[in-house]
Amino acid sequence: MNPMETLQLVLYVTDDTPRSAEAIANLKQVQRLYRGQCEVTVIDILEHPELAEREKIFATPTLVKVHPPPLRRIVGDLSDQTQLLKSLDMGSGYLSSSTNQPV
Amino acid sequence: MPSEPTLTERVSKLPTGIQGFDFVTEGGLPRGRTTLVAGTAGSAKTIFAIQFLAEGILKSGERGVFVTFEETPDDLRRNMISFGWPIAQWEREGKWLFVDVSMHANSDEKVVGTYDFGGLIVRIEHAIRRIRAQRVSLDSLGAIFSRMHQPDLVRSELLRIAAALKQMNVTSVLTAERTEEYGAISRNGVEEFVADNVIILRNVLDDEKRRRTIEVLKYRGTSHQKGEYPFTVTPDKGAVIIPLSAIELKQRSSDLRISSGNAELDKLCGGGFFRDSIVLVSGATGTGKTLLTTEFLAGGVKNGERCLLFAFEESREQLFRNATGWGIDFDRMETEGKLRVHCAYPETASLEDHLITIKDLVDEFKPNRVAFDSLSALERVGTIKSFREFVIGVTSFIKHQEIAGLFTATTPTLTGGASVTEAHISTLTDSIILLRYVEMNGEMRRALTVLKMRGSMHNKDICEFSIDEQGMHIGRPFRNVIGILAGNPHMAAPNEMERLDELFRTQ
Repeated sequence: MNPMETLQLVLYVTDDTPRSAEAIANLKQVQRLYRGQCEVTVIDILEHPELAEREKIFATPTLVKVHPPPLRRIVGDLSDQTQLLKSLDMGSGYLSSSTNQPV
Repeated sequence: MPSEPTLTERVSKLPTGIQGFDFVTEGGLPRGRTTLVAGTAGSAKTIFAIQFLAEGILKSGERGVFVTFEETPDDLRRNMISFGWPIAQWEREGKWLFVDVSMHANSDEKVVGTYDFGGLIVRIEHAIRRIRAQRVSLDSLGAIFSRMHQPDLVRSELLRIAAALKQMNVTSVLTAERTEEYGAISRNGVEEFVADNVIILRNVLDDEKRRRTIEVLKYRGTSHQKGEYPFTVTPDKGAVIIPLSAIELKQRSSDLRISSGNAELDKLCGGGFFRDSIVLVSGATGTGKTLLTTEFLAGGVKNGERCLLFAFEESREQLFRNATGWGIDFDRMETEGKLRVHCAYPETASLEDHLITIKDLVDEFKPNRVAFDSLSALERVGTIKSFREFVIGVTSFIKHQEIAGLFTATTPTLTGGASVTEAHISTLTDSIILLRYVEMNGEMRRALTVLKMRGSMHNKDICEFSIDEQGMHIGRPFRNVIGILAGNPHMAAPNEMERLDELFRTQ
């Protein structure tokens, strides 16, 4: 993908669980890697259940990559960064500070 | 000090409206709880889950939420319209809401790290609140297990869902797959975690015939009927459970007599049949069972009664032609609305379906007399066990209507013997009439005897009868023939008769 394009992510959580906090923290790290090229919206579905229904959220946390296409949905607390980046179509080469982990 | 729970604090039940189910469960599903409905593939789990909501809307104005893990809402709407459940319309009216968690909806998800079913729970709760639902169905567990490869997680999350449903005070049904009909309750061993109540649906292949049954395995804290009950799925009603052993013998019996339609037979019976009785007519093919049935119906119509005939052996045309041959006009009786003839080939439906048709027609036509010609034709449709249940079901239903019933049974051999039908039915009937062929001096003659007449004196003779264009004529008893009922008649020599007479001559 074009490195200059801004990554738009939406994270659906239920506010009251440790997993939600974990997922938010893990996303913050990704944001740092992308140096501001990554927008994250966090939605608490306890407050907005109609959005959970609209997006057909089953598990929480669920991360949805809205832009750029293709649309991706990732379920879990995002604790494995390599896996996460792969799932977002971000190769390790894209990162400035390579994690040097085998993919 | 802790006190005993009051009546209202104990488990109360929600009548589901599913025919027969509320009887078997002694009132319905435990209110405010989750009931696991487990069954193998094709055991009608989804139909049950849908019907639970549909009957709520139709019969008690209760709204429902359907959580689907497997089929898409579109498929369900389409498949269920044939049962007469307009789901799409109910959705528009705010009576029905889908929570779509089918595979299709989340096919592209990847998993990174740990998660819970928070999204699902929030959506279910939201849906319940939105339409103020009282009933919830979740179909089915197997689909979640095969999708989420962490069984422990699925179990603990299901427990959360069950707790959430309980807290919202909705009554719910959760379906689960089984791999064998008689084995572990469900494939994933969830029953002990999620449900206080377990119902098993079976679809057993027995002697090349399918037999559906339903069993309440456990109902924590409340009573239910034990054992398996047959059920069927009909196109216009969905699942219908047939509560057999639950039938009570509480029918009244009256000593009011009605004519059998044949004055001579009435005389043999001590003045006719009883009004609320069931008569079994047994005989080989061609002995005159259909004639006796025809006269029984004509006698009713003559008396101003309504009569219903279920014919499983002969076509309408044949039956009407037969009747005409004996001087009875079925056509006119039907035009006048006094008679209804229902012909069906035994093989066109399962025994359970036949039973439901019979009940429906009796409820609709409200006859004073009902006849089955012959009941034994249905023997070949099901297994011996299901035939037995069918016979019990029919007899007890007829008895509850407090109408006169006449069944015919065809004996397996020309000279007599007992059919399966007789073995099952003879203790349930009030009267038994035997028709037999008697071979005498190289000639076939016909014999009739009243074997049993509950609550009345009757003639014990074995009488000869003949058939002509006026019907049946009962003549004199066979005097010097013995062994008719055993199917082995032979003449007793005259001097032997005299010797017997001597023997019993009063001193």
